[in-house]
Amino acid sequence: MIPAEFDYVAPQSLDEALQALAQGGEDAKILAGGHSLIPLMKLRMSQPSLLVDLRQLQDLKSVNADNGQIRLGAMVTHHRVATGNFGLASAAAATIADQQVRNMGTIGGTLAHGDPASDMPAVLLALEGSVVIRGSSGEREVAANDLFEDFLTTAVGEGEILTEVRFPRLEGYGYGYEKFNRRQEDWAMVAVSALVKKAADGTCEDVRIGLTHMGSVPLRATAAEQALRGQPLTAESIASAASHAAEGTEPPADLNASQDYKRHLARVLTRRALTTASE
Amino acid sequence: MSATAAEPWVGKPLKRKEDPRLIMGRARYIDDINVTGQLWASFVRSPEAHARIVSIDTAEAAAQPGVHAVYVGNDLDLEAPLPMAWVPPGVEVKNPPHWALAKDEVHHVGDPVALVIGSDRYAVVDAAQLVSVEYEPLPVVVDLEKAYEGGDLVHADLGTNQCHEWSLGGGDLEAGFNAAEVVVERRIVNHRTAGAAIEPRGVLADYRAGSLTLTSSTQVPHFLRLFLALQLGISEDRVRAIAPEVGGGFGSKLQIYGEEIALAWASRKLERPVKWVESRTEGMLATHHGRDQIAYAKIGATRDGKITAYHTKILQDLGAYLMLLTPTIPSLGAFVMSGVYDIPAVQTDIVGVFTNKMPTDAIRGAGRPEATHQIEMMIDQLADELGMDRLELRRKNFMTPESFPHETALGVVYDSGDYPKALDTLLEMADLDAIKAQAPAGKLRGVGYSTYTEICGLAPSRVTGPSGFGLQTGLWESAMVRVHITGAVTVYTGTSPHGQGLETTMAQIVAQRLGVDPQNVEVIHGDTGTGPQGLGTYGSRSTAVGGESVARATAKIVEKARQIVAHQLEASPEDIELIDGKFAVKGSPDKGMTIGEISGAAYIPENLPEGMEPGLEELAFYDPENFVFPFGAHGCVVEVDPDTGNVDVIKYAAVDDCGPAINPKIIDGQVHGGIVHAIGQALFERIHYDEDGQLVTGNFADYALPSAADVPSFDLDRTETPSPVNSLGVKGIGEAGTIAASPCITNAVIDALRPLGVTFINMPLGPQRVWEAIEEAKR
Repeated sequence: MIPAEFDYVAPQSLDEALQALAQGGEDAKILAGGHSLIPLMKLRMSQPSLLVDLRQLQDLKSVNADNGQIRLGAMVTHHRVATGNFGLASAAAATIADQQVRNMGTIGGTLAHGDPASDMPAVLLALEGSVVIRGSSGEREVAANDLFEDFLTTAVGEGEILTEVRFPRLEGYGYGYEKFNRRQEDWAMVAVSALVKKAADGTCEDVRIGLTHMGSVPLRATAAEQALRGQPLTAESIASAASHAAEGTEPPADLNASQDYKRHLARVLTRRALTTASE
Repeated sequence: MSATAAEPWVGKPLKRKEDPRLIMGRARYIDDINVTGQLWASFVRSPEAHARIVSIDTAEAAAQPGVHAVYVGNDLDLEAPLPMAWVPPGVEVKNPPHWALAKDEVHHVGDPVALVIGSDRYAVVDAAQLVSVEYEPLPVVVDLEKAYEGGDLVHADLGTNQCHEWSLGGGDLEAGFNAAEVVVERRIVNHRTAGAAIEPRGVLADYRAGSLTLTSSTQVPHFLRLFLALQLGISEDRVRAIAPEVGGGFGSKLQIYGEEIALAWASRKLERPVKWVESRTEGMLATHHGRDQIAYAKIGATRDGKITAYHTKILQDLGAYLMLLTPTIPSLGAFVMSGVYDIPAVQTDIVGVFTNKMPTDAIRGAGRPEATHQIEMMIDQLADELGMDRLELRRKNFMTPESFPHETALGVVYDSGDYPKALDTLLEMADLDAIKAQAPAGKLRGVGYSTYTEICGLAPSRVTGPSGFGLQTGLWESAMVRVHITGAVTVYTGTSPHGQGLETTMAQIVAQRLGVDPQNVEVIHGDTGTGPQGLGTYGSRSTAVGGESVARATAKIVEKARQIVAHQLEASPEDIELIDGKFAVKGSPDKGMTIGEISGAAYIPENLPEGMEPGLEELAFYDPENFVFPFGAHGCVVEVDPDTGNVDVIKYAAVDDCGPAINPKIIDGQVHGGIVHAIGQALFERIHYDEDGQLVTGNFADYALPSAADVPSFDLDRTETPSPVNSLGVKGIGEAGTIAASPCITNAVIDALRPLGVTFINMPLGPQRVWEAIEEAKR
């Protein structure tokens, strides 16, 4: 790896990290696992002047799952999420790349990076979770819905650090995660997160569907959700709702997947994820 | 009389001797080797697929701290353009000049235009970004069929994109097709792939005191020495080429690369060692690719399934230049175009076509995977047309076991084979139809077969050489065996293994014959300064040709050993044989000497036969009489998800015959790798250039090499049909899996999709293509 020249610091505290970022200016980048940033640096598509490595910040590695809410420090690895019994989030994290990547990559890193092909952004969106962002002027909580602004662009501003990820446990919801890729370790061509709450009468009380890699940001399949809410959870109604999954999407096409094919995949995977979530 | 060992080392599945150092990170690859005073190099590469170089401004790069020199194409005063080794008699091959650094025009993305040399590995890459090149874009030629037809030209001065035409035929093709009651024609695409060795290329050139030592991650150090001498005008005795540990090649390092020549030139110019290690992106751009042909195949048969004629016209995408063997690759396939079938009339017509892409050249199998893919797909297509079972059709047309050595319609003599036996063995191993029948709801399963042969053990110089096929070289091998005074043995081979396990295989050959432990037989390779000459490792030649030369050198040792023993024990040499690790008198096994005792006598020559030279060291050269023809039968089951187009290989069984096994474990390993390589091509891997000639699949995120998680476990077996060509009876195995497996997978996918109306599909079978084929069939 021959990246452009950069400086590197590994601060001992969040305040030190914020200070380093502030001093580093607009070309400073946070290193939080590095499995997206370092490949970009290797290709020289990213040329940060300073890397502020959060690896020493033990506070950012805490896991708290009390009172129906899960709070994960930003430096919690994908492996810990995958093995943490957090329902949908664990199921999705277990599919990220391979074990080496899951041992290094972090939930805060992947959310702050905001790659619509990554698994966790759409998962957080479906869970209606939030993140905590710290800056020099203090701390704010940003809902998942407001976090992802554009391709690789999130609400985490210059000089800020995403410190914590929060989402509800969603007792009573079933979930399904369907990821389609060519090879086991690939990014999703399309992935679908589904959460379904069944009412006592067997109808759909609530449903949330997250779409991965179907746009420049993670999306909710709102038309499909509306179509299913209040309906009986039969194969027919699920299939009917899933047929709306790609409505209004402009998925990024590439060599291996056209827009049409991705919209088709979104419908197929939504049907499957809803089916699993309804079982 | 042949010696028999106490320990039958040959045939044992020994663990590979080389593995501990490889697994534990103790091996020394080019990236591990640094020398005092070393400088670093970085290449500036064209971002344009086709352009005239208007100007190159190197001033800013040259002014960077630590930069010693920046060179452009016209600075390099080389004796000749980069080599291409094929001059087929009677065939015109247009060979545009290909320089280590492009001079006036670039012809593909990644074509190097400047070389930056400096003291820091990172700084030279930074400085390379500061070299300012002004390009005047020229029309870009990407599509193979359009390039063949004409239009825009890759090399305007040639007046055509067609490089050469070459044909090989035998039998009466017209009569054959006239006799056919059924004719099937298909357009078969064999797309471009990369060798993608895990270790990228790297070069360390060290010119000092009038001599050049060039260390390179290469499969062909001896060729490299020759061409370095020719290109730089240095006498060959003053050039030493070293292949250190090489982390895979798959043909991509069977090449003389411009980077090797340019670094050697720069080291001489600067009188400093200069090193360069390729990045992965550079490797995808500028290490030769393979395959990339379109074949128009036509097969004729009688209604009862007797094939009467087979014709194929092949367009080969050569890329922008001819490298060492670029235009020869499809021709290598033509020799076995009819596969394992007895077809009375066969013809292959090849046209090489230039495009604005990286040149293609040998990648694992080199022409033979393409040929096998064609015939094995055509057999299935023909069976479908005839309404005949595809295995029955195969059996009906197999060359019979009694017919070997079998001269085909092309005049090629297949050495040995038993194709029905290989297929029977496969069918006994695995009930593929039963697995197919158990498809889960909503999924489709299909069975595919491939019964194949290949031509390897590249070799016989009288066939491949200048007056025959036209390669400007011999293809013999040589080996030297040195028994030390302690009885330990060092073997020097001219082959250049880089992952094939030949240190173990060759040690077993020697150990068997000398009655020593293979652990005490060190095999040295890859250094023109230490051993005998040789021609490298490729074309599944290293055991069939190199191994045989080792066996022959060892036989000379045995002969001398028997004379020494006979002399010392007052017996006749004819009565000495290897019994329980000793060379002993026949009938008196306690009366004998170990090889250590014999070598002691040879190196302290107090009591040797009259006139015998001291020492125990022998050299043998070997040039075989014929190629060898491994063969086998592969079968698989795939599962297709018709909703997504996803293909999973859920069962893969293979029977391969490479003659008597020297090390079954190593053979299995080679077959495993070979099958994965071909599954990679069939389902995942694809080098793709867009319409502007930009490489879209330039890294391992986009170029999808399969991993262990993407393939099933393999069920492997062997038959052993000895080759009469060499004394070991062996054939090659390194390429066999790759040659057999891509049609096996493709045929299985078609079998799975047939109920949906899909009867033909070309690789790569990515999910979108499969889904689209299903959608198309629905219309």
